[in-house]
Amino acid sequence: MAKVFQTPTKSVLQSSRWSERLPLREQASPDFLSRKTPRKTPGCHNDRFIPTRKNVDLDLANYLLAKENSVAASPRNEEYKKQLAGNMLRDNDGNSRILSFSSKPPPPPEGFENSRKALYTQNIASPAKAKKLFRHIPQAPERTLDAPELLDDYYLNLLDWSSNNVVAIALGNTVYLWDATTSSIEELMTVGDEGPVTSICWAPDGQYIAIGLNNADVQLWDSHSLRQVRSLKGHCARVGALAWNGGPVLSSGGRDNVIFNHDVRIREHITGRMTAHEQEVCGLKWSPSGQQLASGGNDNLLHIWDAAAASSQGPSPYLHRLDDHQAAVKALAWCPFQANLLASGGGTADRCIKFWNTHTGACVNSIDTQSQVCALQWSKHEKEILSSHGFSQNQLCLWKYPSMVKMTELTGHTSRVLHLAQSPDGYTIASAAGDETLRFWQVFGSPDMSRLPAKVKTVDSRSILHSRNIR
Amino acid sequence: MGTAQLTRDVITLKGSAAIVSEFFCYAVNSILFQRGIYPTENFAKVKKYGLTMLICEDEKVKTFINTVTKQMGDWLETGSLERVVLVIASIASGEVLERWSFNIETDKEVTEKGVTREKPDKEIMTDIQGVMRQITSSVTFLPHLDEACTFDLLVYTPPDSKVPPLWGESDARLINNPQVVKLRSVDTKVHRVDAMVAFKYDG
Repeated sequence: MAKVFQTPTKSVLQSSRWSERLPLREQASPDFLSRKTPRKTPGCHNDRFIPTRKNVDLDLANYLLAKENSVAASPRNEEYKKQLAGNMLRDNDGNSRILSFSSKPPPPPEGFENSRKALYTQNIASPAKAKKLFRHIPQAPERTLDAPELLDDYYLNLLDWSSNNVVAIALGNTVYLWDATTSSIEELMTVGDEGPVTSICWAPDGQYIAIGLNNADVQLWDSHSLRQVRSLKGHCARVGALAWNGGPVLSSGGRDNVIFNHDVRIREHITGRMTAHEQEVCGLKWSPSGQQLASGGNDNLLHIWDAAAASSQGPSPYLHRLDDHQAAVKALAWCPFQANLLASGGGTADRCIKFWNTHTGACVNSIDTQSQVCALQWSKHEKEILSSHGFSQNQLCLWKYPSMVKMTELTGHTSRVLHLAQSPDGYTIASAAGDETLRFWQVFGSPDMSRLPAKVKTVDSRSILHSRNIR
Repeated sequence: MGTAQLTRDVITLKGSAAIVSEFFCYAVNSILFQRGIYPTENFAKVKKYGLTMLICEDEKVKTFINTVTKQMGDWLETGSLERVVLVIASIASGEVLERWSFNIETDKEVTEKGVTREKPDKEIMTDIQGVMRQITSSVTFLPHLDEACTFDLLVYTPPDSKVPPLWGESDARLINNPQVVKLRSVDTKVHRVDAMVAFKYDG
């Protein structure tokens, strides 16, 4: 029974999705298709996708084809979602209202210290530990922007924040620039049939931006003059991941499973070609030192490449091939305070965040987050890491590193939080989700956090009552 | 609200509601005292439940607690009170440090048909005494509250219940990764109150 649906389903989705491009050769599945394709869905040639849902078993189709992008809304799924939500929301089973009185009780008088400390000796805490600072992380986004037409596709990378404090986001066929300092919006570029835009990445200087398109093109635009500088060709399928290494080197990964290194200054721009992935490359990140490149793909593999090896003309071997993840690896983030430490997140079937020593290739830690990991961002100021998730809570989780204690969960998005970007000052995170909103969270602290420690110290040093032995 | 007059052994819905809401009033005051939310000078001693209970004399706090517990009494009489939560949060960071939760199970038969139940006076008092003593002794395992804190009372009601004026919706204000300790329960045969405290794991 399943077989009957299997092939036609694949053909429907595959043909409509890739009707504008050359069919892929390296992948195993298309060969099956080309032999057995019985029909094509009418009217899907110009349209990007959305096949007829009537005779398609969406669940099966999605599982088979695009593991991360299952958007089936069958009643069975809804019931499952409800059950899951019920179990996960430990406290309230969703049947109760929670009320509180509108006028609140007064706070204790100024300068009041909790005198209990004098009565009860503390055997566990040392003074330093007792003064642990809990910084307040606002649970609500400080700003929410509308992002209509944002594609709900797990494998794309459509959000980036420049060092000049400009947020670039790709909505459908258009790339918009939002200046975070002036809150002004600007349309950078729009594409026609080459689109939609599948990835964007700011160059470190904040002026140039690389844009990957569905037609396998990579365009380089100048954000100051709003003009296209050049076009980099090489891929034969959509470019879902981009990463800059310093100024001149740009790496691009595509659905053709290949990663190219381009030197954008020279004419023959392709300086390296890396083939190791067996399916679409969806995550690509250079280390802060510029020595290593991490790439994640839909084939559940995470590869680490050495910069020196990657610059040769022939296909280069990878440094490490890490296959611990059980699902697509899109979320990648290099640790800013510890060299050779990489964090990677797995998709729906995996849900884990894994930490790697990229020098030796060993996995140093792995935690199950119970939800699809879409993106990761390290904090530049504290030893913390932020992860964004999908079903069922669509939350952002902040973890303390290395203990991996969950410090807070930020909810608000009503669909999976696909992209994260960090502000240049390292205090704000922008998150874009399938619910077509872009939210800004003050999750890594605020610039004026330094005054708190002073306050706590005065409490400690004053009274002799704080001596340990009263009895 | 006044003191509940317990006639020998027979518990009516109104009587039980009065007992439980009064219990909440004293329990909340006791927690505020034990956890050191307000200075000890603010508290006065009263004799209740065969113990010395402490009541906060600060006008605003007193009014707040009394208003809330009175409303709780009203809800109890209609069987619409599911849970009462006392949240203790730090003023500086707004983070919830402790969460005292009192789950309430109401005997549906009493609210619907108005029958009465029987339970000896003394037993109810012993139940309440047990919980009060546990609140006092909770200081042995609860981490010390270093920062200035404030408290709030949350009430869980069924979604179709009417929201009285001056009351608004709130979020659950849960603690991440809490340590939970279950305390004793108070049972008047009409309402059963299970108490527990969740606090931030200070590991």
